[in-house]
Amino acid sequence: MTGVPAGTANSPSTSAVDGEREAAERLITVYIMGKAYEVPAEATIMGAIEYAGHQIIRGAGCREGYCGACATLYRLPGDYKIRAGLACMTLVEDGMTLAQIPSVPAEKAIYDIEKLRPNVSAIQQMYPTVFRCVACGTCTKSCPQGLQVMDYVQAAKRGDIAAVMDLSFDCVVCGLCMLRCPAEITQPLMAILAKRLYGRYLRKDSPELAERVKAVEEGVYEAEYAELMAMDREALSERYYARDSE
Amino acid sequence: MYPEYMEESLRKVVQTRPARLELARKPDPVYPPMSAEERRNVLENFHPDYKPDALRPVRVGPNRGEKLTTEVADLLESHSWLRSEQVDLDHPDIETDLLIIGGGGAGCNAALAAMQQHGIRSLIATKLRMGDANTMMSQGGMQAAVSRTDSPTRHYLDAIGGGHFENKPELVKALTEDGPGVVKWLEDLGVVWDKEEDGAIQVLHGGGTSRKRMVSCRDYTGAMIMRTLMDEVRNHPDMIDIKEFMPAVELIMDDEGRCAGAILYSMDSEEFFTVKAKSTLIATGGYGRLHIRGFDTTNHYGATGDGLVMAYRAGAKLMYMDSVQYHPTGASFPEQIAGFLITEKIRGAGGQPLNKDGELFVFPREPRDIEASAIIRECVQNGGGIETPSGRLGVWLDSPLIDMLHGEGYVAHQFPAMYRQYIRYGIDINKLPMLVYPSLHYQNGGVEINDRCETNIPGLYVAGEASGGLHGRNRLMGNSVLDYNVFGRRAGQAAGAYAKTVKLGKLSLAHLDNYEKELVDSGVQTDLVAPILLPSYAPKDVRKRQLVRGGNVLPGASVVHNRLQEDRSDA
Repeated sequence: MTGVPAGTANSPSTSAVDGEREAAERLITVYIMGKAYEVPAEATIMGAIEYAGHQIIRGAGCREGYCGACATLYRLPGDYKIRAGLACMTLVEDGMTLAQIPSVPAEKAIYDIEKLRPNVSAIQQMYPTVFRCVACGTCTKSCPQGLQVMDYVQAAKRGDIAAVMDLSFDCVVCGLCMLRCPAEITQPLMAILAKRLYGRYLRKDSPELAERVKAVEEGVYEAEYAELMAMDREALSERYYARDSE
Repeated sequence: MYPEYMEESLRKVVQTRPARLELARKPDPVYPPMSAEERRNVLENFHPDYKPDALRPVRVGPNRGEKLTTEVADLLESHSWLRSEQVDLDHPDIETDLLIIGGGGAGCNAALAAMQQHGIRSLIATKLRMGDANTMMSQGGMQAAVSRTDSPTRHYLDAIGGGHFENKPELVKALTEDGPGVVKWLEDLGVVWDKEEDGAIQVLHGGGTSRKRMVSCRDYTGAMIMRTLMDEVRNHPDMIDIKEFMPAVELIMDDEGRCAGAILYSMDSEEFFTVKAKSTLIATGGYGRLHIRGFDTTNHYGATGDGLVMAYRAGAKLMYMDSVQYHPTGASFPEQIAGFLITEKIRGAGGQPLNKDGELFVFPREPRDIEASAIIRECVQNGGGIETPSGRLGVWLDSPLIDMLHGEGYVAHQFPAMYRQYIRYGIDINKLPMLVYPSLHYQNGGVEINDRCETNIPGLYVAGEASGGLHGRNRLMGNSVLDYNVFGRRAGQAAGAYAKTVKLGKLSLAHLDNYEKELVDSGVQTDLVAPILLPSYAPKDVRKRQLVRGGNVLPGASVVHNRLQEDRSDA
């Protein structure tokens, strides 16, 4: 394979602050699905699982906190609390016991968005379990994104679709809230429906968007396209570097 | 928190900020944009594609003799998972009209378009879960000429200039003229775009844009689009079948040279399944997980260039596979998020790259290859970089400017993902800059297509990052999000129409035998089996012990051996 020239690929090299490098390589013990492994103290849970030699198939996706594939439950020594996090985002701690939960059983409702309306009855029809909420707040406590999950469930019960959209905007659908919910609500799935209802029905329409789409359909830009596409590289380059900027 | 030794440099950033804020408030650029010659100069001297060993001629296949990115040439000069004589093609396990390989943005768009426009059923086969794709991760936005001051033709000019005038014109026309319609189509599906008070779609600048053209959903743009598309796909279980953890490993041809389906591999049971399909779409995305030149990547776990390998063995021509996109701003610190994407929207909203003295050294919104090369130059040649405790280099990306420019709370509302990413490590991006360095981001080239997503193989369609030609040798920000929407839909339309008329002949895997023979004839010696499906991040000693099982020979029945990943640089 190609060698990596130093200073180009930005991979770690030995230099700078050696003390901190050594600190970064300190090992701690974590229990992955019950089995003890020595892993770097500064690793994320995902990094630790891979350092232990596992090839993750389920339980890793985007690896940057957007996809929700790597939901993980864990406990720390001497602490009764079950904690929840994304494996790609959560750092290991000494004595941590962890299990990845890459899939949470849940049934998505099937619907025609064109036949629904952005109100409480859409929620009632599609995700009636929302109304079983006992307001215990476990969903909010288990959200690795720090979202006010219970608040958006309450908003859904009121039919406040805009509030559900806003409060659930950053949901990565890891499923930890619905796993922990004693009322067996499928919060993230309901929130996807609510966001779609908002986008489809409650948005403020953009007048210029409709005009632009119409102009394209009517071929308003065809002549200019033809002109640009007929230009040679030099003429195109001249036009490009001379263009004004907003 | 940043280590103590960076404090002096951070202080300089604070000292220069008031003057830079003044600059940013003026209409003129905060730093002079480069001329054509300056661009060429910085690319040739600092872009990783220009290193002497970055390219090598590929020895087999349709592009034989052409110089490709070295890691891509390695990937293409590989063995198949299959021996043709071991596969029963007379009794396909599954038959479908349209086989879509890849469950990301392009695949979902294609399935919906084929269904809506032609009543065609499709099967989406995907390696991981639906939506485990780079689509999910795009943060900053999508380009589309929707504002009053903009036009699709201006978008065309920006895109083709950004691509160094090498883009295929018909593809750029398709991209830019479909843009506004895509915004509308997604909005009607329920995508929640960022809006102005009056309902106008909010637009921001991106690198290389001459008009504000970036439409967004906070910094979860791709996640919002992907989840909406997936939800809609799943609302049609009678028309769109989904097979997860079932990547394709080879295409099937018929005896008249048409593509006729693919062979799928179950990640769980390690079984192979034959799928006969009237038309086939490769929507497998890119190759960031090849870690080209040892770079960290912004890409998702499955981005291993599978579609390239399959299509190439079947005879599809590749275009611009000598060009790699490094995103200018990947995270450099903390180590745990090294290589992660720092959205270009940060610079679109006024964030500025700075050297260790807190000084500007480049216009913040150059096209990506230029911006990335300028950052590498600043670190490597000018000594303007800051070294992290683990020995990485980086420059500052001054994010606290953003709230100063747009008002308090703007970052909290527009960049929740970025804020969350850093606050976990005690860094508040409203108060402190981020440390960044280019990260492997995008496959600029791919399988050559036309504006109907057709390839040189009848019945084989390609859309999204796996395709080549649209972006020339450099893609602009936000044009990939538009790409998979525009061409995903076009692919569904064209492949759906084709599926209605085609009569397939006898199924064949002769292309695998031919390719294997070509490898031998060209003197290629390799034990690489591809597609590699997943990268391995096990430490070296672990991987050595793993290889004992196969006698250090062909990986065959296991996905664990990614020979392309020599050094563990991620984790």
